[in-house]
Amino acid sequence: MTSTDDIRLELTGITKIYPSVIANEDVNLKVRRGEIHAVLGENGAGKSTLMKMIYGVANPDAGEMKWQGELIHVENPAHARSLGIGMVFQHFSLFETLTVVENVALALPGNPDLKDLSIQIAEVSNKYGLPVDPQRLVHALSVGERQRVEIVRCLLQNPKLLIMDEPTSVLTPQAVRKLFGTLRQLAAEGCSILYISHKLDEIQELCHVATVLRNGKVTGECIPSEETPKSMASMMIGKELPVCQHEAPKELGEVRLRLNKLTVESDDPFGTTLRDIDLEINSGEIFGIAGVSGNGQQELLYALSGEEPLKQNELIVICGEAAGQSMPDARRALGMGFVPEERLGRGAVPRMSLAENALLTAHGGGMLKNGMIQFKQMNDFAKNCIEKFNVKCGGENAPANSLSGGNLQKFIMGREILQTPKLLVAAQPTWGVDVGAAAFIRQELIDLRNEGAAVLVISEELEELFEISDRIAVIAEGRLSPAKKLADTNIDEIGVWMSGMWPGAGIADVEEAQANA
Amino acid sequence: MLRLERRAEASAVMSYASPLLAIILMLIGGLILFSALGKDPIEGFRIFFISPLSDIYGVAELFLKATPLMLVAIGLAVGFRANIWNIGAEGQYIMGGVAASAVALYFYESEGPHILFLMVVAGGIGGMLWASVPAFLKTRFNTNEILVSLMLVYVAQLAVSWLVHGPMMDPEGFNFPQSRMFEESALLPMLVEGTRLNAAFLFALSALVVGYIFMYRSFFGFQMQVAGYAKDAARYAGFSAKRMIWIGLLSGGGMAGIAGMSEVAGPMGQLTEHVSNNYGFAGIIVAFVARLNPVGIFFASLLMALLYLGGEQAQQYMNLPSSISNVFQGMLLLFLLGSDVFINYRLKWKNS
Repeated sequence: MTSTDDIRLELTGITKIYPSVIANEDVNLKVRRGEIHAVLGENGAGKSTLMKMIYGVANPDAGEMKWQGELIHVENPAHARSLGIGMVFQHFSLFETLTVVENVALALPGNPDLKDLSIQIAEVSNKYGLPVDPQRLVHALSVGERQRVEIVRCLLQNPKLLIMDEPTSVLTPQAVRKLFGTLRQLAAEGCSILYISHKLDEIQELCHVATVLRNGKVTGECIPSEETPKSMASMMIGKELPVCQHEAPKELGEVRLRLNKLTVESDDPFGTTLRDIDLEINSGEIFGIAGVSGNGQQELLYALSGEEPLKQNELIVICGEAAGQSMPDARRALGMGFVPEERLGRGAVPRMSLAENALLTAHGGGMLKNGMIQFKQMNDFAKNCIEKFNVKCGGENAPANSLSGGNLQKFIMGREILQTPKLLVAAQPTWGVDVGAAAFIRQELIDLRNEGAAVLVISEELEELFEISDRIAVIAEGRLSPAKKLADTNIDEIGVWMSGMWPGAGIADVEEAQANA
Repeated sequence: MLRLERRAEASAVMSYASPLLAIILMLIGGLILFSALGKDPIEGFRIFFISPLSDIYGVAELFLKATPLMLVAIGLAVGFRANIWNIGAEGQYIMGGVAASAVALYFYESEGPHILFLMVVAGGIGGMLWASVPAFLKTRFNTNEILVSLMLVYVAQLAVSWLVHGPMMDPEGFNFPQSRMFEESALLPMLVEGTRLNAAFLFALSALVVGYIFMYRSFFGFQMQVAGYAKDAARYAGFSAKRMIWIGLLSGGGMAGIAGMSEVAGPMGQLTEHVSNNYGFAGIIVAFVARLNPVGIFFASLLMALLYLGGEQAQQYMNLPSSISNVFQGMLLLFLLGSDVFINYRLKWKNS
C-alpha cells in the first residue's frame, strides 16, 4: 500500500517566514492517493499558510515539494490547477451578481461555452450529490449552495487533490453530513483531500490520517479513528482541554432586553430583512441565537448595538427603557455591553494602544473630567483588564494590532465585562480564538450570568451555544424561532431549525401566498 | 531587481524621517533646478535659504509669514486627523479677512480696543461661516467636503474681487480695487520695534498650544482620532460622526478666518484682491509635512515661510519668476508623499 507510487503530495522541510512570525517551520507532510488527510491546528498554527503554498498563493522560503514523485515549484494558483490541485477557500470567491455558470466559467481557462458548461455542471452536481442550478444568480443562493458551487467548480477540473479550508464553519449539521458523503465518494474514486479544521469530532468522523500543527511546526501525526477528541486536543494545544463550569441557572430576574416585533428593512440589496422578532432575555440567563451566517445576524447586531438606530423607539427595550432610536453610547449608559464580531477596526482601533482602546467604550467609569482624559484611570483600567483576563501583550501601551486575535478578543471581552453590564450582547465570542482562550471566554460569560447579568450570545458554532446557553433560538432568513430551554432540545432539532423549518415557521408565508392568489 | 515589499507594521521611525527626507530631496531638487536655469546652485542656495535670515528684520519676517500658516495648519489638522478633508482653507481665509475688514471699515475713524477684538471675532466667524457650507451639505446630504470646500475657494475669490471693486472700495482710492487703509485702532500691535511682526504671532502660538491639548488630552480629540483611524470603531463606540464633521470643518474655517484677519490687520492694513498669498493651500502642505502634530506644525510653518521669503529674494537678486516659491512648495509635497511610501513599504533586492 505504501509504495511511493501512491504518494500524491510530499512536502519536506517546508518553511515560511513572514517579517514578524515564522508561519511554518520544517513541515513534512505526505498525502496518499484517495486519502482524506486532516490538517489540524489552532488558529494561527500555520494551517492556512501551508495550504497557500501548496496552492501557489505563497512561496516557501525553504523546503521542497514533490507532486506524484516529481520535484515541483508551484508558481501560482493557475499552475496548481493545471497540476490537478483544487482549493475551496473558507471565504468564498464568487461574484454575487453573476449566475452560477458564469462564475464557474470565469475560473476555467479559455472561453468555455456556457451551454455545454451548464450541462457539465449538472452532470457533476448529480454525480456527487451537490445540487446546484447553473442558471441561478449567486446572491440568491444560501451559503451551503455557494459552497457547492465552489466545490463543483473545482471538480470540473478533475482534481487529484482537493484542499478544503474549514468547509463546515458555515453549514448546518445536516449539510455537513451531506458534504462528508460527497468527500468520501471523491476519496473512493482516488482523489486526495486535504481537510483543514479545528473541529475534532468532524476529523474523527471523516479523516483517515491527521497531521497536527502547533506554532507552525508539526507536533504529531495520528489516525483519528484511534484517538479521542481529548487526545487530539492535547496534541493541538499542547495541554489538556479546559472544561467550562456550567451550573444550572438560578432564579431568573427582571427582563433586561425586550424586542417587540423588531422589523428592520435592509438597505443592502443582498442584506437580510429582519421580520417580527420577539424576544425577552432576563437577568441571570444566557440566551443563545444559532443560525447559518448571513441569515440576519449582522442586521440584528447592528440594530441591538445602536450602530444602526431604528426609526421606532419601542421596538427595543433595554433594562426597561425604550432605546430603539438611541445611539450606542446611550445604550451603554443604560447598562448594555456589546462585543462585536470584528475585533480589529470595530471592537478596537488597530493603531491605538490598549489603554486608548479601553477609553473607547469604558470612558464612563471616571476616565473623563470636564471632557479631558484622565490618563491614570485609563491606564489603570487597561492594566487591570490585561491582568484579570490574562491578555498576553506588551503592556497597556501595546497597539491593538500587535495582539493575536484571541488575546485581543479577551481584552475586548474584558473591557466590556469590567464595566459590569446589566446586559451583554456578544457576537461570535470565540470565533477564530484558540481552544484555550475560547474556554476561558465562555467561562467568563457564564460567570457574568451567575452574577446576575443577562447575556445574549449570537454564534454560528452550535457546540458553543450548547455548552453555555440556558435557552436557545434560531435565526433564519431574518426571522427568529421560538426559544427552547437547552434541556428540551438537542443539536439535531436546532440543526433542522437552522434551515428555517421550525414548527409554525411557514405559516406566515402560506398565508401571504394565499392572500396573493 | 529592486522591489517594494510591504512591511509587517508601519514604521514609526520612517513616519518621522519621511518629512526630513522630503526636505533634503527638495533641497537637492532646488540645486538641480537652479543649475538648469543657468544659475550658480550654491549662490542660489545661499540667496534662497540663508540670506533671508541674515538680520533681525529677516527673522521677524519669517515669523510674520509663518503666522498665518500655523493658524491655518493647526485648524486643518484637527479635521484631517478625523479624515475630514477641508481643502478650502484658502476661501475661509479670504472670508475671514473680508469679515474683519468689514468691522474695521464700519468703525472707521473711531477708537478703542473693542475694534480689534471684534475684528478677531468677525474673522473667525467669517471663516467658520464659509466652512459651515461644506459641513452642512456633508451632514445633511452626504456631499463630498473636498469638492465643496475647494469650489467655495473660487466663490470667495470672486466675492472679494467684487467687494473691493464695489461696496468696500476706497472712495478716495482713484478706483484702485482695494479698501481704505485701516486706522491705527484696527491694526495689530507690533511685537518687535522696526519689524512687521505683530501680535498675531501670539495668537498662532496659543492656537498651537490649544490645538495640542485638544488633540492629545481631550475626549473630543480622541474621538476624532478614532474616527480617522477606524470609522467603524467610532460608530461602534457611538461617537457622533456629524459632530466630528462640524468640529473638523469649523476649526479649520475659524483658524483660517483668523489668519485672514491677521493679514488684513497686519502687514496689508487694508483689504485687496490679493489678501491671500496662497496661505490656505500652503497650510495643507504644512499640516502634512508636520504629520498633523502641533510641534511639527510650528517647524513646518517656519520652513514654508522660508520658501516664501527665499522666493522673494530669488526674484530680486536672481531674476527668477515669483512662481519659484510654488515650485519649491510643490516639490516638498511631492517628495513627502513619495517618501511616505516607505512608512508601509521597504525596498528589497530580489533576484529573478
